[in-house]
Amino acid sequence: MSIIVGSETKLVVSGLTGREGTFHGLRNRDYGTDLVAGVTPGKGGQDVDGVPVFDSIGEAVSERSANTSMIFVPARFAAAAIDEAIDAGVETVIAITEGIPVLDMMRVYWKARKAGVRLVGPNCPGVLSPGKANVGIIPAQFFDAGSIGVVSKSGTLTYQIGNELKQAGMGNSSIVGIGGDPIVGSDFIDVLKLYEADEETEMIVMVGEIGGDAEERAADFIAESVSKPVVAYIAGFTAPPGKQMGHAGAIISGSSGTAEAKKEALEAKGVRVGKSPTEAAQLAVEAMKALA
Amino acid sequence: MDLLEYQGKQLFAKHDVPVPDGRHATTVDDAVAAANEIGYPCVVKAQVAIGKRGKAGGIKVAKDEAEARAHSEAILGMDIRGFTVHDLWIERASEIADEHYASVILDRSAKKLLVILTRMGGMDVEEVAEQHPETLIKRHLEAGEELTLDLAREIAVDAGIDDDVTDGVARMLVKLSEIALAEDATLVEVNPLIVTGDREVIALDSKATIDNNSLFRHPEMAELSDESAEDPQEAMAKEKGLTYVKLGGNVGILGNGAGLCMSTLDVVAAAGGKPANFLDAGGGSKAEAIVDALEVITSDENVTAILFNIFGGITRCDEIAKGIIEASKQIGIEMPLVVRLDGTNSEEGLRLLAEADLSNLHQEKTMLGAAERVVELAKK
Repeated sequence: MSIIVGSETKLVVSGLTGREGTFHGLRNRDYGTDLVAGVTPGKGGQDVDGVPVFDSIGEAVSERSANTSMIFVPARFAAAAIDEAIDAGVETVIAITEGIPVLDMMRVYWKARKAGVRLVGPNCPGVLSPGKANVGIIPAQFFDAGSIGVVSKSGTLTYQIGNELKQAGMGNSSIVGIGGDPIVGSDFIDVLKLYEADEETEMIVMVGEIGGDAEERAADFIAESVSKPVVAYIAGFTAPPGKQMGHAGAIISGSSGTAEAKKEALEAKGVRVGKSPTEAAQLAVEAMKALA
Repeated sequence: MDLLEYQGKQLFAKHDVPVPDGRHATTVDDAVAAANEIGYPCVVKAQVAIGKRGKAGGIKVAKDEAEARAHSEAILGMDIRGFTVHDLWIERASEIADEHYASVILDRSAKKLLVILTRMGGMDVEEVAEQHPETLIKRHLEAGEELTLDLAREIAVDAGIDDDVTDGVARMLVKLSEIALAEDATLVEVNPLIVTGDREVIALDSKATIDNNSLFRHPEMAELSDESAEDPQEAMAKEKGLTYVKLGGNVGILGNGAGLCMSTLDVVAAAGGKPANFLDAGGGSKAEAIVDALEVITSDENVTAILFNIFGGITRCDEIAKGIIEASKQIGIEMPLVVRLDGTNSEEGLRLLAEADLSNLHQEKTMLGAAERVVELAKK
């Protein structure tokens, strides 16, 4: 098992004909992901390296049984593409697109919830289940298959930690990039729930950063509902208040949302927090050895 | 993007929220002309993106032309906690009977808009929340729900607003929620929301934050001046399309990805260094972007050494290496560069750097080792 994407994934990529969409879509296929279709309005009937392109996600679902949609279209059209994917009846939507207006995300977030569709992202690197499927832009070469579940707000930090785990001989059940925007489809808690239920996952690494209170809420959830060991890393201890640091969510206003507050909240619930990505990876290795 | 008071009030006026008659001015003569047009008494208000302007002497009442001139001269160019006053807002003075507080804010935890109203205006809402939490009335708007006048009246009644102005306050709440949705504002705040001696309901101040991601559908907002870009390096970075935040230290930082970049600041600080900046070169950076980034970092006079912390995913380390070599040729960097390249094409990148044989370049294998090295070199 793994979570969100796996050998059962049948992927349709919105924006497959675009430069980035083609590059990453085909890269996902080369990894072994079952890429069944692309969607670009007005380009139905064409193909991208043998992958059929349809005018709508609905056609990709009915003709190619797509169950997972990856959104790779420009920000101003992305919310509409997510709408379309939800309406077409896919089970999972993974939105890579960066820069979607937050009020659009608020709307599609509730739409996805009501429809029972799992939404991951936006502004995220996607989901990788090593050895099974890769949906998004995570460089798979830094991760081996194994039993550590990773959930992260940040892409490059995840690669850093995954690579250190790999060098220590450890692998991952799945790696989920939830994205750093103020409103994301799946939060830490949503993904922690999945890892808790996933038989293959023995422990969890959580990578957070300043802004919002998702880490604090996750700390409470871990104390109440997660039996597997969790270690964490938080970025942004030296970030000044009121400044946006690249991710729209990475901004501290007032006293809440600081890295220190998140670290304290997690440690208060027994989650060990590494001071650097390297230390977090070491803590994960220790926790795995303690399980053995 | 945070709007200045006058930009917010112009937005309010566009949506029929009652605001005092006012004019924007950038020179003393224009300010005096505006004051004469509006009539006396009027208020001269510094327009800076920071609160507590009154306490800093940035808000003054003028009862005649001589005072309007004196106040405008004093306030223009004034420094208010690091912000220089370039803009004034001249406004008709209001007679204040009551001061309340109203806002519509995006509650990112609940993923809903939140309407807040309290009788206790004129002070920090955080203070009210601490000292008089029972006076804060909060109401989430469910997905797709609009703030109706009836619902807004309920909120006003719950907040204990005087009966004769319940309707006026309720109408203002409805309009604030309309502004949030129509203008992609993640915060619309009125503090104080005043009731005048004539029992009129007026927004005496305005605070609004517009979602930067929405600017493509608000071209008029995109043109507004952005105070945060006042710093020369930040302005330069903005022009080049880089995400840069100045932090004031002496260790220049360049990383790829917001998370890794923030983490780099943390490990440099933990090693005893003071980061000069946050600069996210982004995913898939090409050599030219690295040249641009180095130009921005080295234009900050405080910087004495630079750390490159790159973990290549989509970003290719050979492109980063080419950028470093190219920048060294173009802008002649003499200060120490500590480089840690890992991930996609790192071997090729490291080979290119070794071949270029730059005397000021130091390679490190790990992020922690690189942080310690750059802190040590920055001291010399």
